[in-house]
Amino acid sequence: MNTAQLRARIERLGGNMTAHVWRLGYASRFLFYLVLHSGTALRRFRLTMKEIYFAGVLSLVIILVSGLFVGMVLALQGYETLQRFGASESLGVLVALSLVRELGPVVAGLLFASRAGSAITAEIGLMKATEQLSAMEMMAVDPVARVVAPRFWGGVISMPLLAALFSAMGIFGGYLVGVQLIGVDPGAFWSQMQAAVEWDKDIINGVIKSVVFGFAVTWIAVFEGYDAVPTAEGVSRATTRTVVFSSLAILALDFVLTALMFTGGNGG
Amino acid sequence: MQQDHIVEIRGVSFGYDAARPVLRDIDLDIRRGAVVGIMGQSGCGKTTLLRMIMGALRPRAGTVRVLGRDAASLGRDELYGMRREMGMLFQFGALFTDLSVYENVAFPLRERALLPDALLHDLVMLKLEAVGLRGAAHLMPAELSGGMARRVALARSIALDPRLILYDEPFTALDPISFGVISRLIRELNDSLGATSIIVTHDVQEALGVVDYVYFMAAGRVIAKGTPDEIRSNHEPFVNQFVNGKRDGPVPFHYPAPDYAGDLELAAT
Repeated sequence: MNTAQLRARIERLGGNMTAHVWRLGYASRFLFYLVLHSGTALRRFRLTMKEIYFAGVLSLVIILVSGLFVGMVLALQGYETLQRFGASESLGVLVALSLVRELGPVVAGLLFASRAGSAITAEIGLMKATEQLSAMEMMAVDPVARVVAPRFWGGVISMPLLAALFSAMGIFGGYLVGVQLIGVDPGAFWSQMQAAVEWDKDIINGVIKSVVFGFAVTWIAVFEGYDAVPTAEGVSRATTRTVVFSSLAILALDFVLTALMFTGGNGG
Repeated sequence: MQQDHIVEIRGVSFGYDAARPVLRDIDLDIRRGAVVGIMGQSGCGKTTLLRMIMGALRPRAGTVRVLGRDAASLGRDELYGMRREMGMLFQFGALFTDLSVYENVAFPLRERALLPDALLHDLVMLKLEAVGLRGAAHLMPAELSGGMARRVALARSIALDPRLILYDEPFTALDPISFGVISRLIRELNDSLGATSIIVTHDVQEALGVVDYVYFMAAGRVIAKGTPDEIRSNHEPFVNQFVNGKRDGPVPFHYPAPDYAGDLELAAT
């Protein structure tokens, strides 16, 4: 490779980096504007309620079914390992902590990104492509305040609730398999869980995670929709980007949050 | 600005980037109460001009005065204030697909005016009756034909009795009956509301039957203007080709290409 080729490659790399940083800046400004113009979404809460229904209630089936199966698999796998050490009665603790701290927020977040995030992007993108957002602008109605903000807050509110339901359903799945199927003592299952799961350390940290994931996923979803190239191809690309970026954001944020929350003190 | 001019454009130039100007030195006046057509080929800059009148774009040079305001210098709130006096019909209607016909027409009223439900209902029905679709109030946009959707969009755009109505390609993809209905509505609504209308279109023959005055654009310039009769008898070659739909003329039928015989490899034989 000669010097000119090398230089061209470095320039391209630099150009790509600059473009990404620029886009991140644009997305941040968009978020700032969105939060600033959230008055309508909060004042006319019925608009946000409608979006909670679309993002939250309509995601319930996939969240509950997935939670149930994840909990059941956790119980099977957990029992298999715990019984080798004679600790099978701690199955409840293992299932509950895994779900509340990690799997609840993360898996629910990933499902939320693919079920609700993609739908939000596609809807806003298609509204842009069919000039519905421009029509609103022409009626002196700010589309960010009227269309984007309710969807954003709807998603931010829905996500922690979905993660909580995912965890609850997972624990129920763990109970079904662990207690009903395998025969772990129900008293030990529940009482050990109750004793080991701490409100401020486990539950609150799980809730914080789900709030952060909900915020990130919905931000990405509304931004990608609003910024989509207004064609069929542009909207499909934006939808794909939402799922990919949200999933990566959830995994990266989960690592950072876990490192911050559970590595201090006695290591959790 | 003259009293009877709703829109006054002076020396306006614009380009999305400096190398490719889209509008060059445009002068244009829209008289109060008139239905004015801005016509020309796709890509001649007419939609850009419309966006400038909406206040969505700012000129690089020149002034755009709309409804007594300098459209280029308005902040967000002032711009929205100006748009409250304007209605716009988009090319394919741009109806809100998640709202019924009734709710679509009610949308600007709900968003911008706090009206009691009974009054709102009466106003919506009044507007739908004006476009002949009172019976379709309960339908969803997906259940409407193209012509009906555009009539609903028209009812929505006049919901607040605008002083200026903008039409972006209102005749595209309409059957002859729908075309007749829409063109008559444009004229009737303009006159009954005491409004002023601007129609941006490339459907020249159809539009010439509706408008009072025409600005003809090509390559970012106004190349002809006048009443429909003056445009029909205009001898400027481009206007003549366009108005009469001639295949060849200043706009060639063939896209620039290398020698035909060479492409068919006939040169060697």
